[in-house]
Amino acid sequence: MLAANFLLLAALLFCIGVFGVIARRNAVMVLMSIELVLSSVNLNLIAFALMNDDVDGQVFALFVIAIAAAEVGVGLAMVLLIYRNRQSISLDELSELKG
Amino acid sequence: MIGLVSSLLAQAEWTAPAIDWHAIAPELILVIGINVVLFIDLNIDETKKWMIATLTGFVMLAAFIPVVTLGLELDGVPRELFDGRYVIDEYALVLKALFLLVGYVVVLMSQNELEDGGYYQGEFYVLMLCSVLGMVMMTSARDLVSIFVALELLSIPAYMMAAWRKRSSVSNEAGVKYYLLGVFASAIMLFGMSYLYGTTSTTKLTEIGASLTDGDLLGLEVVGVVFVIVGFAFKVSAVPFHSWAPDTYEGAPTPVTAFLSVASKAAGFVALMTLIFVAFPDASDVYGPLLWVMAALTMTVGNVVALRQTNIVRMLAYSSVSQGGFILMPLAFAGDPDAGGSALNAVVVYLLVYAFMNLGAFAVVIAVTRKTNSGEISSFGGLFSYAPGMAVALTVFMASLAGIPPLGGWFAKFNAFKAVLDADTTSAYVLACIAAVNTVISAAYYFKVLRTVWVDDVPDGNTAPINPPSPIIAALAITVIGTIAIGVYPRLVAGFGNIQDLTGALPI
Repeated sequence: MLAANFLLLAALLFCIGVFGVIARRNAVMVLMSIELVLSSVNLNLIAFALMNDDVDGQVFALFVIAIAAAEVGVGLAMVLLIYRNRQSISLDELSELKG
Repeated sequence: MIGLVSSLLAQAEWTAPAIDWHAIAPELILVIGINVVLFIDLNIDETKKWMIATLTGFVMLAAFIPVVTLGLELDGVPRELFDGRYVIDEYALVLKALFLLVGYVVVLMSQNELEDGGYYQGEFYVLMLCSVLGMVMMTSARDLVSIFVALELLSIPAYMMAAWRKRSSVSNEAGVKYYLLGVFASAIMLFGMSYLYGTTSTTKLTEIGASLTDGDLLGLEVVGVVFVIVGFAFKVSAVPFHSWAPDTYEGAPTPVTAFLSVASKAAGFVALMTLIFVAFPDASDVYGPLLWVMAALTMTVGNVVALRQTNIVRMLAYSSVSQGGFILMPLAFAGDPDAGGSALNAVVVYLLVYAFMNLGAFAVVIAVTRKTNSGEISSFGGLFSYAPGMAVALTVFMASLAGIPPLGGWFAKFNAFKAVLDADTTSAYVLACIAAVNTVISAAYYFKVLRTVWVDDVPDGNTAPINPPSPIIAALAITVIGTIAIGVYPRLVAGFGNIQDLTGALPI
């Protein structure tokens, strides 16, 4: 079935995104990986809306897109803040707080 | 183009839904308040910025009024909006009142901190009001979409507040760690929600609850339930998803830490409760063991690590992680027919008590560190000799956190144990034993602080009295009275969180 392909693609995107969040040490790359996970969610929602013949999933996807944009706006502002204070966006160097 | 729109409108026969304006009055007042505060902040002189804090406090109290009138009018019948996707029942009202009160106390605590630090006051209070609005919405949300929107509305301002000291690299680090893990957690939660939507073809919680039944769950449904719970486990900083909490709590400005550790955590628990009791009532095979393990790990790890902390904010951070374990504990038995009702009651009561005692502990820390400029526990030495009032207040909060009668924390812990023992299974007794051992461990580090305060000498010999500003005294008064009153007279809160309010009256 056609929709099942979309679900497989979404699952794959999700795995790539989670791997990126865990493995990448660059803040911008981590943000992009999180965006991959959110895209996989949108793909899922739209594929399921198609399968269920129901518009709720597409509306949900619109909400996800709008809020993800707001999140990334805040995230990039913070990355910029870090860059200004330390001239680096590597997450490994964020280690002043520990214990 | 206009012809197309009008022909579409003619086809759709769309009628506006009836809106119960009284029921959403608290949210509306907050929305209006956010705009008013923002507008006044734009048009006010820099020297008069202190007014913004007062105004924000008034907005919180104004939103409190409809919560009270609704409570008087409700009489056990929930008011539903938008086809049962937004419900105002007694459960929601109690928690709305809690969030507004916590918001008010945090405004009192942050006022002087922001003025002295020269931070951006107007923006801070606007963001805080937005975050409180998200929490107030979360209590009523009964739909996956509105839970998600409320979660983001409360989280996004909180990320910014954690990084509020722009030039301090520690505060930046706190904000970024909180942001990255929070956004990642909500992405995972969304992925779970998409599977729940796909398998049940609805986003309404009651309908999801009707389609998920134990022993008959599809693989995708199991994944959906687990991912949604894991997403909220980040929010409530349950072990093993707690790594952001101590760093964020230590690096963020202390009033923000108080806000995050009480309000944001409580909002996570509210969402978890709503989902478990309304959407997953028959999926306890999946969430029960998961929450059991998380509760046991959370209280143990939080306590053991808290034992060796020397910074009081970090110690309170780990203590709040371990308190989160005690709040999770009853939820593990939410699906048990004997324990379900008392589990909901125990969690709601624990959240109310926890808010008072934890906010109070942070208020004392803020007042004392204004003088000592140090977060080390040793800098609290001899507090009793120069600030007896502060020392007594800190004793009340620490003893309450440790669960000593007759303070509020004792009643909260008692309720949580009662809910677990009501389940009457081997796993329940094992978890109760783990919790009992943890209560003893936690007493060790709470009393270590008290010994420093009462017995040790003043480290730098500076015994000038503390003159805390009046907003902090007001915050301390509210929290001390709340902590003691609930402990001495538990019936004040014991009736809150009746399971019938949440699940009984809702049509599926």
